[in-house]
Amino acid sequence: MSVYLDHAATTPMSDVAIAAMNASLRKLGNPSSLHTDGRATRKDVEDAREVIAHSIDCVPSEVIFTGSGTEADNAAIKGLFWYSKKKVILVSSIEHHAVLDPAHWLVEHEGAELIEIPVTASGIVDLVFLAEVVAKRAGEIALISVMHSNNETGVIQPIAEIVKIAGDIPVHCDAVQSFTKVPLSFKKLGLFAMTISAHKVGGPLGIGALILRRAVELPPLLHGGGQERDIRSGTVNAPAIVAFAAAVAAHEYDAEKVLSLREKFESGVLALRSDAVINGASASRLPGISNITFPGTQSDSLLLLMDAEKVSCSTGAACSAGVHRPSHVLMAMGLSDVVAQSSLRFSFGATSTEADVDFALSVLPAVIERGLAAHSVGRR
Amino acid sequence: MKVIAAMSGGVDSAVAAARAVEAGHEVIGVHLALSSNPQKYRSGARGCCTIEDSHDARRAADVIGIPFYIWDMADEFHEGVVENFMSEYAAGRTPNPCLRCNEKIKFAAVLDRAKAMGFDGVVTGHYARTQESAAGRTLHRAIDPLKDQSYVLAVLTREQINGAIFPLGDTEKVDIRKEAEARGLAVAQKPDSHDICFVPSGDNAGWLRERLGSEVGPIVDQDGKKIGEHKGAYTYTIGQRKGLGLTVPASDGTPRFVLKIEPVSNTVVVGPREDLAVTTMRGEKPIFCGPEIGAAPLRGFVQVRAHGAALDCTYYLDDNQLVAELDQPLLGLATGQAMVIYDGDRVVGSATICETA
Repeated sequence: MSVYLDHAATTPMSDVAIAAMNASLRKLGNPSSLHTDGRATRKDVEDAREVIAHSIDCVPSEVIFTGSGTEADNAAIKGLFWYSKKKVILVSSIEHHAVLDPAHWLVEHEGAELIEIPVTASGIVDLVFLAEVVAKRAGEIALISVMHSNNETGVIQPIAEIVKIAGDIPVHCDAVQSFTKVPLSFKKLGLFAMTISAHKVGGPLGIGALILRRAVELPPLLHGGGQERDIRSGTVNAPAIVAFAAAVAAHEYDAEKVLSLREKFESGVLALRSDAVINGASASRLPGISNITFPGTQSDSLLLLMDAEKVSCSTGAACSAGVHRPSHVLMAMGLSDVVAQSSLRFSFGATSTEADVDFALSVLPAVIERGLAAHSVGRR
Repeated sequence: MKVIAAMSGGVDSAVAAARAVEAGHEVIGVHLALSSNPQKYRSGARGCCTIEDSHDARRAADVIGIPFYIWDMADEFHEGVVENFMSEYAAGRTPNPCLRCNEKIKFAAVLDRAKAMGFDGVVTGHYARTQESAAGRTLHRAIDPLKDQSYVLAVLTREQINGAIFPLGDTEKVDIRKEAEARGLAVAQKPDSHDICFVPSGDNAGWLRERLGSEVGPIVDQDGKKIGEHKGAYTYTIGQRKGLGLTVPASDGTPRFVLKIEPVSNTVVVGPREDLAVTTMRGEKPIFCGPEIGAAPLRGFVQVRAHGAALDCTYYLDDNQLVAELDQPLLGLATGQAMVIYDGDRVVGSATICETA
């Protein structure tokens, strides 16, 4: 038996999405072409746009398809910075690198000033800190970006309160992990911009969307044909967009079921290892993400051993060379680098089953024992 | 057996891993990330010398069809190898960092961790052989004399040798490249690495100067008379002739060589070639790769450089120091170098040279 518990990294494409993509791949016609074939493909894309818009509670023209969630984050952070002509960027310290790195790039190359909003021990952004910065420097702040839920811990962030504190300051929200997992309304949250991605929700890789308030014209990252509202150029990827919408429309993710699997897993882990710590446990979390510290271990050893038992999970963070690094998210929550490096992320998805949980729990004790032994020789 | 194959991204370790699979072992490939990356964000692409190597190692593992992981041993490497390299030079000795790496990292940190995780041993692409005998497993030279790496493995204890697999020792390097080609490994023609891996420029003296500073000091003759100046005693090596910058010629006009480095007074002593001659060396902290020896003199060979000659000698243990008395004098031997004793092609053991005469 092999068990996939890394749905937060990517989750299987749903059958309906694969069928929709296959059908679209066989269709002829660039959606920007003016003839009948082109118009037919354009119709599919616009139908898909409406499905996505409906699911996230925005108007269709607010959906700008991009090549990935990372691209949408970059377009939002850089675009809003240039658009505002102000210098200060506020992001939470637990953002994904797709938000943190463009912000740091703007500091290095465009003279931006970056303020990272700290988080509490339970992984929630510090609203008092945010309110103080906004009270003092509102006139200088170009944008605020806080993720809807964290990709490593699943902790859900108080976006509505952040938007309220922000007042007129544009707020961007990376909702890649939350989209279709918890209720999400672009309109009700009062956001300026939001990022979503297809491959986390049963759609294909290589397609995401920037949800951007209508009539806001951000400077583009990609110049060219101007296909997506003049903010994103490049031939519109109709098959991927159609499949994205098909996955969203099918909505095969049963949040209650996923939550019950996670709860079963977490109580099972705590029963096996009473010293295990579930990070962010006291906060409101996504149904499917469980981030657990196993004191006295190293997560790269644990991952290897879990992998050898055919259980796929994640250490959270790795550099491009594949070297495991202590998670900036866990460290922002106050964990030491040693403790941060003893943590694993298990994430459940639409296709997860009770048998997956039982199997993972069955291999865990031996894996942890060996992980403890490996760590103790490494540190002697 | 269940084994970890240490894969550097080079051709040797790739073929070693492939051979271990063929020998029926359950093999997991591991690339050791040894270079620390001081960047705060997106640790990766810039400044790290091993990304391309780790990619090559990963692709080799793909071709061989084994799981592959990267282990971050940068801290262990820095503490055990890089810092040791600097402190040895600062103390006027000439260390061999590859030896230290085998001793502290590949066959200590990695082997220990592998065993704790339920593996039986570590496979590497070193050119050396092991043999089973009544006295247990012993370490031997590779059959390719140009590639033989038994010298840098002579720091391994018997227990470590019992946990080591060297699949390449019976093959010549040129055949390993052919075999890599035949196996479809993209690294078949990748150049050998030569220099010290953490000094990518190859300029050891410059690298040391940057880290240890360069305090000017005197170059003196054997009578203590100052005849020149140097830019940091530790950048010199015993037996060195070039780069001394001496303008005062020797009285007899013969070339002068570095005889001695005195780190405390930051002095370099030079003199004629014949004064470099060494007939006896003593080494501290001996390690035996097979049966231990005692005070009774034995005949064999001693080697003091990775690809140096095997010198006829009589060797024995004295006051827990390994002593080798050479049949023919040797010119230019520095303390800090490893002396490795051979009985024929079998590695008896090694020690770090602390005294020469």
